Amino acid sequence: MFSAPLGQYHVHARVSLGGAYGGKPMNRYIIRSVLIALPTILGISFVIFAVLSLAPNDPMSQFALNPAIPFEVRENIRRSYGLDQPWPIRYVKWLGTLVTTGDLGYSFGSKLPVTTLILQRLPATLWVLGVSYIISVILALPIGIISAVKQYSIFDNLVSTFAFVGFSVPTFVTGYLLILLLSVRLHWLPFIYDSTLVVKDLESFGQLLRQSAMPIMVLGLFETATLARYTRASMLENLPLDYVRTARAKGINEWQVISRHAFRNSMIPVVTLIALGVPGIFGGALITEQIFRVPGIGSLLIHSLEASDTPVIMGVTFVFGVLVVLFNLIADIIYGFLDPRIKYT
Amino acid sequence: MSQAQATPLNLPSPRMLDTDDFIRKPRSLWSNAWRQFKHHRMAMACLFVLIGLVLVTVFGPLVYTRRIDGIDFVNASKAPELDHPFGTDDIGRDMLARVLWGGRISLSVGVASVLGSITLGMMVGALSGYFGGKLDTGLMRLTDLFLSLPQLPFLLMVIYLFRDTLRTAFGPETGIFLMIVGVIAVTTWMPVARLVRASFLSLKQKEFVEAAHSVGVRTPNIIMRHILPNVLSPVIVAATIGVGGAIITESALSFLGLGFPPDVPSWGRLLNDGRDFLEVAPHVLFFPGLFVSLTVISINYIGDGMRDALDPRKTR
Repeated sequence: MFSAPLGQYHVHARVSLGGAYGGKPMNRYIIRSVLIALPTILGISFVIFAVLSLAPNDPMSQFALNPAIPFEVRENIRRSYGLDQPWPIRYVKWLGTLVTTGDLGYSFGSKLPVTTLILQRLPATLWVLGVSYIISVILALPIGIISAVKQYSIFDNLVSTFAFVGFSVPTFVTGYLLILLLSVRLHWLPFIYDSTLVVKDLESFGQLLRQSAMPIMVLGLFETATLARYTRASMLENLPLDYVRTARAKGINEWQVISRHAFRNSMIPVVTLIALGVPGIFGGALITEQIFRVPGIGSLLIHSLEASDTPVIMGVTFVFGVLVVLFNLIADIIYGFLDPRIKYT
Repeated sequence: MSQAQATPLNLPSPRMLDTDDFIRKPRSLWSNAWRQFKHHRMAMACLFVLIGLVLVTVFGPLVYTRRIDGIDFVNASKAPELDHPFGTDDIGRDMLARVLWGGRISLSVGVASVLGSITLGMMVGALSGYFGGKLDTGLMRLTDLFLSLPQLPFLLMVIYLFRDTLRTAFGPETGIFLMIVGVIAVTTWMPVARLVRASFLSLKQKEFVEAAHSVGVRTPNIIMRHILPNVLSPVIVAATIGVGGAIITESALSFLGLGFPPDVPSWGRLLNDGRDFLEVAPHVLFFPGLFVSLTVISINYIGDGMRDALDPRKTR
C-alpha cells in the first residue's frame, strides 16, 4: 500500500468501458478485494463453528432419550464423530479437510457427505431463484426508467405504490394469497412442489413450470419492486445533471438521451445492487421454500436444524456466508469496471 | 407571529415598536421537518393508520375482553360472523382477540429490537469515529464481518441452539422475547454504526467541537451532548424503517416455527398456525397477514416521508 503512492489516488479518464481497465491498477484492485474476502470467509466459518459448538444444545441428545442405547455406546458414538475433542481442535480439523479436499463433513442423520446433500438440493433452489431474478431484472429496469422519465405521472404513481407495497408485504403473506387465489379457488396451479419430477419431455417441463410458477411469482414480485425503486431513484439523480442537458443541446432525440446517456450512468449503482441482492434472495428462499415445499437448500437447513444435524447446519450456513462474500466481491469488481472514477485504494 | 405584527404599517395603536415585533418565532429543526412531513400525503395517511393500529392493539384487548386461549370445539374454524368478527381457528379460539394480542407482541418486538440495534450501532459508530486509530480498524473489521454473516440462516441457527436454555432461564414468554429481540439487534446494528461513524469523522473536526474542548468539556460529554445530537436525524429514519424490518423478521422466524411458541400468538405465529387450514379456514391466515402488511407498509411510508422531511437538500 505504501510502496505505490502514485496509483493510490489515481483517477482514470473515461476512455471506453472494459479494454482500458484491464491494466495494472484494476488487477491490483481485484487482487486486493479477493485478499479482503478470504479472511472474511475464514471469520464467518469461525463464528458459525464457535456458535454451534458453544451452544448448550447437545447433538447427541436424541440418543440420550433412547433407553436402548447405554451410556458407553453413546460415548463411543460421540468419539466416532470426534465430538470428544475440544472445539478449537475440531474447527482446525474441519477447516483442514475443507481446504484440502473440499469436504464439509458427514451428516449425522443420513451419513451422507454434506456436499452431496447440498448439491442434491441446489438445483431446485437455483432454478426458482434464477428464473425469478432474471424476470424481475427484465421487468424492473424498463418500469423504473419509464417512471423516472415520466415522474409524477399516473404510471409513476401506480408504479411507486406497487413498489412500496411489493417490498413491504412479507413473502409469506403474498405466497399464501397466491395459493388461496390460484390453487384453492381457481385450481389453476398445484401448490405443492413435486420433487420427484424428472424433466424428460415438453409435458414434464410444462409441469415443472406450473409447479414453480407461484414461488417464482412471489420472489419475482418482491425483487421487481425493490429493483424498480432503485432504478427509478438512480435515473432521477442523473436526469437533471449537466451532461444530460448537454446531450439534449446537441440535438439528439430524447430516446437516445435517455438510453445512451442517462441510462448507462444510472446503471452503475443498480448493477452493483443487483449483485448485492443475490444473497438476500437466497435468504428469502428459506421462506418461500417452506411455503411451497420446494426441496431446496433452504428446506435442507430447516430440516437439519430440527434434527440437530450439526455438520449439515454448519455446511449450509457456511455456504450462505460464502455466497454473501462472493457476491459482495462481484459487486465490488463490477463497480470498479463500470465507474472509472473509483479509487483503487 | 401574526401578520399585523410583522407589517408595522397596519399597527392600530401608535405605541413604540420594540424588537420583539420583528423577530419571528424561531423554527427548530423538528418543526421544520414536521412542516415538510405534512406535505407527504401518503406518509401522513400512513401515520394515522399506524397510530390507529397501535391504539387498537394497546387498548383493544381492554375493550374486547374475550380470552385468547378460550378453546371451543363447537365453534371451531368458524368464518367471520357477528359473535367472532375475525372468525375462530381450528380449536375455536377467537381470532380477533388473538390478532389484537399478537399485535402487542409483534410491535413490542419491533420497537425493542430496533432500540437495541441503534444503541449498539451508535456506540460502535461513535467510538470508532471519534477515537479512530486501531480501535476504529478493529471495530470496522467487526462490522464488516457481521455484515457478511448470512442474516436469516444465522438467526435460525442461534435461536434453535439457545432456545431451550433461555426458556428455562426466563420462562417461555420472556425468554423467547429476550432472545428474538437480542438476536435481531445483534444482526442489524451495522448500517447505523457505519452511518454514525461517517458523521463523527467529519463532525469531530468542526469548530463547535473545538470550542467545547477549549472550555474544558470532557470527552464523554462532547460525544454524547455535542456531536451525537447532530447525527440523530438519519439514525431516526433508519430506526423507523428498522422497526418494519424487525417485525418482518420476527414474523418470518415465528412463521418458520422458530420464533414464539404456539401459546404466544405473535402475528407470524398466527400465520404459521393458519397454514395447514388454508382450504377450510382462510380467514385464520388472512387477518394476521393483513395486519402485518398494513403495519409494515405504513412504517415504510412514514420512514420515506421522514427521510424527505429531514433531508436539507429538499427544503421547500
